[in-house]
Amino acid sequence: MPERATAELTGTTIAATISVNGKPYRREIEPRMLLVEFLREACDLTGTHVGCDTSYCGACTVLMNGQAVKSCTVLAVQADGSEITTVEGLEEDGQLGPIQKAFGEAYGLQCGYCTPGLMLATRQLLRSSPEPSDDEIRKAIAGNTCRCTGYMNIFKAIRLAGRRVKGA
Amino acid sequence: MLAGGQSLIPLLKLRFASPGHLVDLNFIPAMSFIREDAGALRFGAMTRHAEIENSLLAGKIPMLHDCAAGIADVQIRNRGTIGGSLAEADPSGDWGNALLTLDTILHCLGPNGTRRIELKDFIKDAYTTALAHDELVSEVEVKIPPKGSGGAYLAFKRSAPVYPSASVAVQLTMAGDVCQDAAIALGCVGLTAIRVNEAEAALRGKVLNEKTIATAGDAARAAGDPQPDMRGSAEYKRQLVLALVQHAIRIAARRAGGESVEGMHLYA
Repeated sequence: MPERATAELTGTTIAATISVNGKPYRREIEPRMLLVEFLREACDLTGTHVGCDTSYCGACTVLMNGQAVKSCTVLAVQADGSEITTVEGLEEDGQLGPIQKAFGEAYGLQCGYCTPGLMLATRQLLRSSPEPSDDEIRKAIAGNTCRCTGYMNIFKAIRLAGRRVKGA
Repeated sequence: MLAGGQSLIPLLKLRFASPGHLVDLNFIPAMSFIREDAGALRFGAMTRHAEIENSLLAGKIPMLHDCAAGIADVQIRNRGTIGGSLAEADPSGDWGNALLTLDTILHCLGPNGTRRIELKDFIKDAYTTALAHDELVSEVEVKIPPKGSGGAYLAFKRSAPVYPSASVAVQLTMAGDVCQDAAIALGCVGLTAIRVNEAEAALRGKVLNEKTIATAGDAARAAGDPQPDMRGSAEYKRQLVLALVQHAIRIAARRAGGESVEGMHLYA
């Protein structure tokens, strides 16, 4: 258990080391910085989107130690020592990974803004249930809003990704 | 005190809360556990909703699974905690309603040790609890209901991430068709979750049938004092309470009889 740093909420910084997609990022950050800001601004990983910034839409979903979380509702300092997976971490050997390919092939996106969050929510779902029922899919992505409302193709993409991941 | 942060961090962003200091409880592993002990289930305050949802042990009290599995969405259940939810005391919070129908005791830890406070005495008003400024909730203890007892928690929501428009919790102890004991609570229709003594009396000692269920539903409908807001008019919420209570009574009675019934939150 590392010793926890303390700091005033603004004006001072503390050091945090967060592993993102397997690579450690050590940064001096303000305690008020959100995890999504850390990813986008301190690590320059802009695949994680800010949608509503109110914990509703799920566009900012990432995995924190394997669990889907809304990165606009976690402070970056809370992720100190954690393993974060973002959409950039879904690729395999420099190529799109099976979830990303499935979303493309099944047209599981229109404008694409919600897509990174949906793919990370999909990743958590498929780990426990590679052949999810419609009810399981509905429950797994209930925290992700697609304002293009392309949900039917998103369901197809998740089922396709499940078959690919299982087959892999 | 920062527990799961799923309410507090949004409040900080809105500048509704501006604390001089924020203490993060997330790095204290001993505050997260689910144990059975002396006829009760004991939950560390930092136990996440998702951990309760997926716990076979917590499933011994089906209402706890109903409640945990229906809170917001996967992402929020992965972070939000049972202790944080109760300490926040949001009038629309799920745990504060569901646990009111069970024997629930909160362990409140302060500099002078631990106080045990019954849930009904813990939540004083909207966003107001019996916690002193130097205390925190460390544990939530829920007595396992006796054999022949069954419960259900139902919430009606416009979409997953939002608070319910109305919610009800029902715990019934049955002997055949006769209801020996009943606990009925409503959420989102007052400054705190409320127990409805009139609805409970309508069932206690009576044969459970369409007539007694309707009487209990009417009593619950009359007990709430819902405010009109973006989740619906006051009358709409009263109708919701009526329908939800009757539905929950039927599920609770079947579970009391030993049946496995899937209960879940309902959506508009």
